[in-house]
Amino acid sequence: MTIGVTINSLPVINSSTSMYRDFGTSFIFVLIGIILVAVPLLLQRILSPRRKTAEKMSTYECGEDVEGPAWVKFNIRFYVIALIFIIFDVEVVFLFPWAVVYKELGLFAFVEMMIFLGILALGLAYVWRKGDLEWVKYSVPYGRGRYRKLTIIEETPASPAPAPQETAA
Amino acid sequence: MDIVTLIIICVKALVVFAAIMLTVMAMTLAERRISAFMQNRLGPNRVGPKGLLQPLADGIKFLMKEDVIPSGVDKPIFLLAPVMLIVPALMTFAIIPFGSELHLFGRAIQLQVADINIGVLYILALTSVGVYGIVLAGWSSNSKYPLLGGLRSSAQLISYELAMGLAIVSIILLAGSLRLNDIIIQQQGHFLSWNVFKQPLAFLIFVVAVYAETNRLPFDLTEAEQELVGGYHTEYSSIKFAMFYMAEYANMITASALTVTLFLGGWDIPLMNEAALGNLGVLLSVVSFVIKTALFLFIFIWVRWTFPRFRYDQLMRLGWKVMLPLALVNIFLTAGYLTLTV
Amino acid sequence: MTGSFFFYFFAAVTLTSALLVVLNRNAVYSAVLLVFCFFSLAVIFLLLEAYFLAILEILIYAGAIMVLFLFVIMLLSLGREKAQEHFRYLQRGLSLFLVIVFFLSVLIIFLSDSGILHQPHGTFTAGGVNALGEALFTKYLLPFEVASLLLLVALIGTVYLAKRKV
Repeated sequence: MTIGVTINSLPVINSSTSMYRDFGTSFIFVLIGIILVAVPLLLQRILSPRRKTAEKMSTYECGEDVEGPAWVKFNIRFYVIALIFIIFDVEVVFLFPWAVVYKELGLFAFVEMMIFLGILALGLAYVWRKGDLEWVKYSVPYGRGRYRKLTIIEETPASPAPAPQETAA
Repeated sequence: MDIVTLIIICVKALVVFAAIMLTVMAMTLAERRISAFMQNRLGPNRVGPKGLLQPLADGIKFLMKEDVIPSGVDKPIFLLAPVMLIVPALMTFAIIPFGSELHLFGRAIQLQVADINIGVLYILALTSVGVYGIVLAGWSSNSKYPLLGGLRSSAQLISYELAMGLAIVSIILLAGSLRLNDIIIQQQGHFLSWNVFKQPLAFLIFVVAVYAETNRLPFDLTEAEQELVGGYHTEYSSIKFAMFYMAEYANMITASALTVTLFLGGWDIPLMNEAALGNLGVLLSVVSFVIKTALFLFIFIWVRWTFPRFRYDQLMRLGWKVMLPLALVNIFLTAGYLTLTV
Repeated sequence: MTGSFFFYFFAAVTLTSALLVVLNRNAVYSAVLLVFCFFSLAVIFLLLEAYFLAILEILIYAGAIMVLFLFVIMLLSLGREKAQEHFRYLQRGLSLFLVIVFFLSVLIIFLSDSGILHQPHGTFTAGGVNALGEALFTKYLLPFEVASLLLLVALIGTVYLAKRKV
C-alpha cells in the first residue's frame, strides 16, 4: 500500500520520519494537557482562601458522620465483565488488520473471519446462557412484566446453574 | 524537519487547542441556554450581552473558591485523575482532520495536527485509556459515592467500547484503510456516499456507544444525582471540579468530531469539488466540518432533555446483549455484501 | 540521533516505572505505574516503527488488562493495605531465581549467535497493519484460528471460576 496518498495535486510526504513527527505531534497534547491542569491549580493556590475545619475535611455522606471505610469490597460481577471484555477486546483487535486487507483477500478472508467470529460468538452465547451478562441475578416468582426482575428475595444456592431468567428478548 | 514545518505544527496544535477550549466554554453556556429554552426558562443571561460572558464568570468563580481536599484522600492520584481524563480527549482531537489541504506559499498544509496512518486504532487506544481518570478519581476520593460511581462508569465504558470498536470495523471494511483522511476521501461524492447512509446500523451503534463513552444522558449512570450524588467527582471542588467538566465537554467535542469524520464525510461538502476552489474551498471545508460538529453537539444537549436515564441493569443489557451482537451481525452483513459485489 | 535519544529516554522511563511497580507497597500505585510503563514501552515500539504493536500495547495492556488489575485490586480492597509480610522470603527467593534464569538465557542467546537479535526481520510499512493482515490471513491462518479457540477456552474458564464464587 502506498502511504503517500495524494489528496489534491501536491503529494503529501509521508515517509517514516513523518510518522515519527506525527506521533510526536500528538504528544504535544500531553504537555498541553498537563499545563492545562497545572496552571489553573497554581492560580487557584494563589487566589483561593484556605480555611480548613474538621467538618469540611470529612467526605460527603449525606451530611451524616462518615461510617466505616470507603474501600468496600464490591460485587464480583464487575470483575467477570472486565474479564469477558479483555477476551472480546483481543477479538476486536484481530478484526482491524482483517478489515484493512479484506478487499484484497476477498471470499477467503470472509470465510476465515466468520469461523473466527463464529467460535467467539459461541463464547458469547455461552456467557449469555450462563447468565453472566445478567446484571440482576435473582427473579421474583410473583413479579410480572417489567417488575419480574426487580427484587432480590433470597440467595439461590450456588450449585445448580440458575434457570434462564430471561430468554432472548 | 526544517524550522518552518516545526512552526506550522506548533501553530496547528495551538489553534486546535484554543478551538477546543473556546468550544468547551461555548458548550457550557450553550448547554444551559438550550436546556433553559427546552424547559421554557431563560437560563443565564445577565453576564455580558445575552449572557455570553457567563463561562468567563464561571471560570473566575471556580478559581476563587476554596479547594477542599478531604482528609484520607490519596493526594497524588486525586490530582492525577483529571489529567488522565483530559489528556486522551485532547490527544484524540490531534488526529482529526478538520479541513482539506491548505496551500500557502507553495506549501501543502494539512489541516490536521497529526496524520497517523493507523488513526482509528490510535483513537480506540486512547478511548480505552480514558477509563483511568474515572476509576482513579473514584478510588482516590476515599468516599463511597465516588467509588461506586467510578466503578459503575468503568464497567459501562468497557462494555460500550467493544460495540464502538466493532462499529468502526465495518467502516474500515469499506475504506480499506485505518487513516482518517482515507476514510473521508472514501466518502466523497454526493450525500449518499456518506457512511451514515452506507452503514446506518454501524452509525446507530457508534452514536449510542459514544453517548455511553462520554457519560452523557441517557447513560450518565456515573453521576446519577438521585443515587450517587455527583458520582466520581463528588469530592472534587473548585478548579479540580471544573477540570472534570472541561474533560467531559472536551470528550463530547472530540466524540462529535469523530462521528462527523467517520460517518458524515468529515470536512467534505457533498456535490462540490473543494480542490477546484483553491483556498476558498479549504475555508468552506473547515466551515462544513464545524457546522457538522456543532450539529452533533446540539444533539448531545437535545438528547439530554429527551430521554430518561437507563437503569444500570438495562445499560449492561443493552451493551452486551443488543449492541455487541448487532455490531457483529453488521460486520457479517457488510463483509458478505462486499464479497458478493466486488 | 534524536531516535536514539528518545530510545534511551523512554527506556529509562520504562525501567524506572517498572522498578517502582515492584518496589511500591501500595497496589493501586503499582497499577498506575505499570500503565506508565506500558505507555513508554509503546513509545519504544513506535521508535521501532512498529506502530500497530505500539497501539496494541496501549489498547490491550493499558486499556483492558490493567483495568482488570485495578478491578481486582479494588475488589479485594487492597488499596490501602500494605503488602503483607507472609511469603516475602519465598517470593524474594523465587523472583531472584527467575531473574537469574532469565539473564542466563539471554546471555546464552547473546553468546551463541549474536547476529539474530540485532536485525529486524523484514521492514514495516504503514505501521505493519497491511503486512500483518496479509500474513495473518494467509501464512499464519491456522495459528489465527487456534487463537480463537484459545480465547473461547479462556472465556469458559472465566465463567467457570466466577461461578464457583457467586
